[in-house]
Amino acid sequence: MSSSSTSIMDNLFQRSLEDLIKGFRLQLLGESNFISRALEEIRREIKSTDLSTKSTALHKLSYLAALHGVDMSWAAFHAVEVVSSSRFQHKRIGYQAITQSFNDQTSVMLLITNQVRKDLNSANEYEVSLALECLSRIGTHDLARDLTPEVFTLLASSKSFVKKKAIGVVLRVFEKYHDAVNVCFKRLVENFESSNPQILSAVVGVFCELATKDPQSCLPLAPEFYKVLVDSRNNWVLIKVLKIFAKLASIEPRLGKKVAEPICEHMRRTVAKSLVFECVRTVVSSLSDHEAAVKLAVAKIREFLVEDDPNLKYLGLNALSIVAPKHLWAVLENKEVIVKAMSDEDPNVKLEALHLLMEMVNEDNVSEISRILMNYALKSDPLFCNEIIFFVLSACSRNAYEIIVDFDWYVSLLGEMARIPHCQRGEEIEHQLIDIGMRVRDARPQLVRVSWALLIDPALLSNLFLHPILSAAAWVSGEYVEFSKNPYETVEALLQPRTGLLPPSIRAVYIHSAFKVLVFCLGSYFSSQETTSSSLAQESSSGSSSMNAFTHGSILNLVNVIERDLGPLSETHNVEVQERAKNVLGFIGMIKQEIAEKLDLQDNETESSRVTAFMEDVFSEEFGPVSATAQEKAGVPDGLELKENLVDLEEICGEFLKPVESESVSYTDKISFSISKLRIRDQQEASSSSSPPDEASSLLAEHRKRHGMFYLTSQKEDPDSNSTHSDYPLANELANEISQDPFNPKRKPNQSKPRPVVVKLDDGDESRITPQAKKNIQTAKDDESLSLAIQSALLVKNKGKEKDRYEGNPNSGQQEKEESSRIENHQNSENKKKKKKKKKNGESSKHNCTNHDGEMK
Amino acid sequence: MIKAVMMLNTQGKPRLAKFYDYMPVEKQQELIRGVFSVLCSRPENVSNFLEIDSLFGPFSRLVYKHYATLYFVLVFDGSENELAMLDLIQVLVETLDKCFSNVCELDIVFNYSKMHAVLDEIVFGGQVLETSSAEVIKAVEEISKLEAASNSISLVPKSVSGWRGR
Repeated sequence: MSSSSTSIMDNLFQRSLEDLIKGFRLQLLGESNFISRALEEIRREIKSTDLSTKSTALHKLSYLAALHGVDMSWAAFHAVEVVSSSRFQHKRIGYQAITQSFNDQTSVMLLITNQVRKDLNSANEYEVSLALECLSRIGTHDLARDLTPEVFTLLASSKSFVKKKAIGVVLRVFEKYHDAVNVCFKRLVENFESSNPQILSAVVGVFCELATKDPQSCLPLAPEFYKVLVDSRNNWVLIKVLKIFAKLASIEPRLGKKVAEPICEHMRRTVAKSLVFECVRTVVSSLSDHEAAVKLAVAKIREFLVEDDPNLKYLGLNALSIVAPKHLWAVLENKEVIVKAMSDEDPNVKLEALHLLMEMVNEDNVSEISRILMNYALKSDPLFCNEIIFFVLSACSRNAYEIIVDFDWYVSLLGEMARIPHCQRGEEIEHQLIDIGMRVRDARPQLVRVSWALLIDPALLSNLFLHPILSAAAWVSGEYVEFSKNPYETVEALLQPRTGLLPPSIRAVYIHSAFKVLVFCLGSYFSSQETTSSSLAQESSSGSSSMNAFTHGSILNLVNVIERDLGPLSETHNVEVQERAKNVLGFIGMIKQEIAEKLDLQDNETESSRVTAFMEDVFSEEFGPVSATAQEKAGVPDGLELKENLVDLEEICGEFLKPVESESVSYTDKISFSISKLRIRDQQEASSSSSPPDEASSLLAEHRKRHGMFYLTSQKEDPDSNSTHSDYPLANELANEISQDPFNPKRKPNQSKPRPVVVKLDDGDESRITPQAKKNIQTAKDDESLSLAIQSALLVKNKGKEKDRYEGNPNSGQQEKEESSRIENHQNSENKKKKKKKKKNGESSKHNCTNHDGEMK
Repeated sequence: MIKAVMMLNTQGKPRLAKFYDYMPVEKQQELIRGVFSVLCSRPENVSNFLEIDSLFGPFSRLVYKHYATLYFVLVFDGSENELAMLDLIQVLVETLDKCFSNVCELDIVFNYSKMHAVLDEIVFGGQVLETSSAEVIKAVEEISKLEAASNSISLVPKSVSGWRGR
């Protein structure tokens, strides 16, 4: 008696959840204080032996966990206790807590098995329902295994309330315990015959998920799905079946033929927009080869697009982008709508429209479309602006700038992008500027021009996002200085005081480019001195028509300017900048004397001219694009030991040089060991050494076989450097060796300038911008054993059905294994039944209690 | 599959948050905040869909509806139809309306348990199982009755409750 009276006392003064919520709203202390006080209370109360007190505490805790992020995993055992109460309210609270907080790490998970089993067997369907929900949300392998028999029983329950949830739980059980498939599959599939639309909906839902994970295993059930597709009038059911067929038809094209017509029927008849959309989506993603279906789908898309409803517009555009790759005509048809959608206030719609616009880009309209897009970008918010820039960049650079004919225009476009206020795509623009410089020789003059414009503008230096672009501009100006109109101005721009705003790495690029320009000027000056009368224009390469004559005065001035500007940098903190500056200053030191004294520079042997010639040589090698696989092709250099030393290390310090996870040895120790031990040995020694692991050497041998030409000769009497060099192709050569893009004369008559040559790599030409993945790419992990289980269950089922037929089961004759003939049979029987006006096995919507004909306008 | 159901008020306070894939509570709160920050910047009269790959993983979509002071949010993946999900929110709200007659945010705040009952009838383990308000209400009422019945014996000593039966 006393125990129950204390429990009454506990209960009376315990705050219920309602009290907690009220208190929360009235509290003045501050939320976290209130929560911690409540938590203290809960911790006390939950230890009580009285189940009511415990469950109220648990209830409050669940509330705090769900809405305020309080951890409740410590209360797991209490939840187990609460759920064992016979009172429904307690059970409900307990199950809610369990469902919310239990996971694979919960140690007391095993304790609930029996309770769940008891509740699954309960006569009270609401208790059963609680247990089923719990199982479906947190079911583990063990739980699923132990409770499969109960689930099996429930699948045949007479109460549809229970049955539909049992069907729902099957998904989780199958996922966690594959053998359950053998047990439950038959009963599951029997539900296709059900007249209750909720049951059917549940079954179809489960199969939709299964088909998403592994379409192959659900393929044999196609006839059942087909039956549902043709007969059902319930929109939820139809939507799921359509999704199933979308997955199945992508792996089995013959299925597409069969379902195209029913789907079109639905598209024509229904008023429910959701169903129309799903039909459209199914057609354009998996039935894109069926012209008639696609045409109808596109017509429906058009209807969506002209509606005022923003949802329909968005979904229409979405569907259009799925159909775009194969049926560009559909996109072109709706061009005006798309362009209009670009200025819609809904960011989603704008983005989809942008994406579609880029699909329409080809070499004829790229400049026009880019013009339109740049205008939009200037007027848009930063996010959209950058999306536009991103899309333009990726479309234009696809496949080594496939669609660009006029590179001069494109390069100036890149420069323009740099001037868009919100531009944040500096890195990509940088990459493209340099990339084009390397690949397209003829574009270099324009590149230099554009870069110069960017470099001389002091305002750009303060914009953080533009720094990468400036870096590229500087590099280009240095590398292709021969095309520059006025190298002096370039140098001034490169060394202007505001470059102090640049980060050191970019500053280093600036300085090095200045170096290249200086060398170029000196070189030109010296060579002009030699040829007394000939003009400079002959010497320099094409494109730099209006170059200033290099007078002595200007050269001296140049040298002085550089020395003056770089002088202070030789003391700077940043090593890179200091080093570069010192390089240049060192060089200047070598030549300054002679320049200043204006020695007889016709003599080729002056030190300055020799030094200059030497540097010119250094800078003369042309850069080309490097294949991404180039590194692999470079063989392991002779004499580099990868395994040998480490074996030695093992002997010496085996006890504390364990694999990476060990924290016992400090990092510095490890490094010092390895450095001291590393010796480069001869190939001879390596091959005859104790025990190189077989795997490594065999791999090496294989590699050598495949790429023999890249290995240095193994004979040690090699010192003749020429021969090794000839065996070993230069990196440049390797990259450039394949496919120079042939140029085609343009179809367009007013295209006066032919497309310049663009260097493409055969392989290893990675696109930097990965196209955004579209929704219909499947990424679900294929669960091998689950699909096997389903397939074997299906075999069993088929055999079972045959037996049925022989026993006189009045099932329609669909016993052939081939699904196409089964469907044909069904179609025939359908027709016969229609003629006899016999109503089909009943998924007729007259029993439909769902209200989805009035859905979504 | 439905990944999550949320009800947030216009200040970002969650009134209901249910996640059908397990994740620790900190992550849940993070997601709630993430969703709210996206929602509150949406203008009126735009579509009700959002792509939220960054929050919920690839192929996740979100549908939301703004009713008075509440955002109703459903997060789902490719196995659900967008417009059907929008419709589901409608069903949920209608059911709540019938349950509480002219439901407002306060009803939802103070009837946490009942709300969950309603939601659990509609969405079961991430799958949509019931779309008829009438059915849902029937079930929820039954549950309330059972709870009330089990409560009425709370102050009565055990021996008597034993006599009364469950």
